[in-house]
Amino acid sequence: MISSVTVVGASLAGLSTVRALRSQGYDGRVVVVGAERHPPYDRPPLSKAFLAGTADEADLALLDRDDDGLDVQWRLGVPATGLDAAARAVTLADGSVVRADAVVLATGARPRELPAAHALAGVHVLRTLDDAIRLRDDLGRGGRLVVVGGGFIGAEVASTARARGLAVTVVEAMPTPLAGPLGAEMGEVCGALHADHGVRLLTGVGVAGLVGTDRVQAVDLLDGTRLPADVVVVGIGALPNVEWLADSGLDVAGGVSTDAGCATAAPGVVAVGDCARPYDVHARRPVRTEHWTHALQQPVTAAATLLGGSEPYTQLPYFWSEQYGLQVQLAGSRAEGDHVTVVHGSVEERSLVATYERDGRLVAVLGIGATGPFSRWRRTLRTAAAAGMALAG
Amino acid sequence: MIAVCPLQDLPPGTAVRLDTHVPIAVFNADGDLYAIDDTCTHQDASLADGYVEDCSVECPLHASTFDLRTGRPSGPPARTAVRTHGVTVRDGVVWVQPCDVATEATA
Repeated sequence: MISSVTVVGASLAGLSTVRALRSQGYDGRVVVVGAERHPPYDRPPLSKAFLAGTADEADLALLDRDDDGLDVQWRLGVPATGLDAAARAVTLADGSVVRADAVVLATGARPRELPAAHALAGVHVLRTLDDAIRLRDDLGRGGRLVVVGGGFIGAEVASTARARGLAVTVVEAMPTPLAGPLGAEMGEVCGALHADHGVRLLTGVGVAGLVGTDRVQAVDLLDGTRLPADVVVVGIGALPNVEWLADSGLDVAGGVSTDAGCATAAPGVVAVGDCARPYDVHARRPVRTEHWTHALQQPVTAAATLLGGSEPYTQLPYFWSEQYGLQVQLAGSRAEGDHVTVVHGSVEERSLVATYERDGRLVAVLGIGATGPFSRWRRTLRTAAAAGMALAG
Repeated sequence: MIAVCPLQDLPPGTAVRLDTHVPIAVFNADGDLYAIDDTCTHQDASLADGYVEDCSVECPLHASTFDLRTGRPSGPPARTAVRTHGVTVRDGVVWVQPCDVATEATA
């Protein structure tokens, strides 16, 4: 039985693992290491209510009175720099070493940077609270915002900035925004929301570079267009924070490799959340997932594994986004070639539920501005997934 | 007491929202009726839009679950309970008895 645990990462996945360990009866020592100086906070509002100014730092706090009994030793503001997996010893940036019977890897992900970007004022990525504070203040200057990347972060920032009165242009390198997560057909629908709200969307064109000396002045596109900009936000995906594990002996290519129960190849070492690449029982292959609900729910499995269990994580993927006041919700695993059918509402109404089918099986459900109907279809999807798993044995 | 709807309009697996001052959601969970506060205690979402399984409802947005009998959160991220309210069926009509006078007075 383990009597000490080091959790590396103090965001939702790390905190959820601590909560799960305690609720599953673990009463030993817990040390949580966090690279950021902030206690655990909720990231989804950073691109929405926090950026809009309707939520403040206190509203983001993940810790509440129910956590008083968690009995955690916090090591915040000190990134981990290395792991000796066999000794379960974590080295921190200040040179100290934290040893324990078990280690939870929950270091999350970081924004991918624009290759052409250099250190210009007014150019932002959005991942952390500090990122969001800087961007919120910069958006307060008003003017012209160029968003590089038409994904969820880009769309949410565009939506929030537009509501704050900025002139917004979104640049998407692919022909359709959100084609990866939603498919081209439904990505097109989300893309149309920008125009509905007076935001310009440019697709199929990449960024050549940023213009400016101290502060950004424009974004140059590969087709020769120059977009004047007072503020630029780069939202072009995220990379798992696994470089610090390079000498650990663990397989960290594309995320920390684990089995379906979150266990790495090293005994007593599990990985959760955005930094992990677990075997997915639904997709039947390793999948790294960046969803908030994943970071919330998967740690229950990881904690059980550390305490001697061997159950796989079986929850279906689910994420939501909020754009221009509409909830965009996807449950399940969509893939290229899935057959898409609008089963409720319509594109014109900007309120719909669409199903994704593969080989005649329901594999994913999308809702746009249709929360209630989406819930009912999500139930149908869960039933179908359970049946699919039973068939697969 | 607030009249909700005819029982036949609330079949098993469905829910209806009452737009009282503090909105109330009334659920039919496999034949048993429950009423709780409609707004999720995590972030603004209508639990009447969530889905019901056994004796719990899952928030449609962020997956919090609440026990319909007690109002207590049975799954994260919600940490705070919703209030429960009385439900009765009289002559084929569903009625809700709000748990405090304030809710009823402003209905």
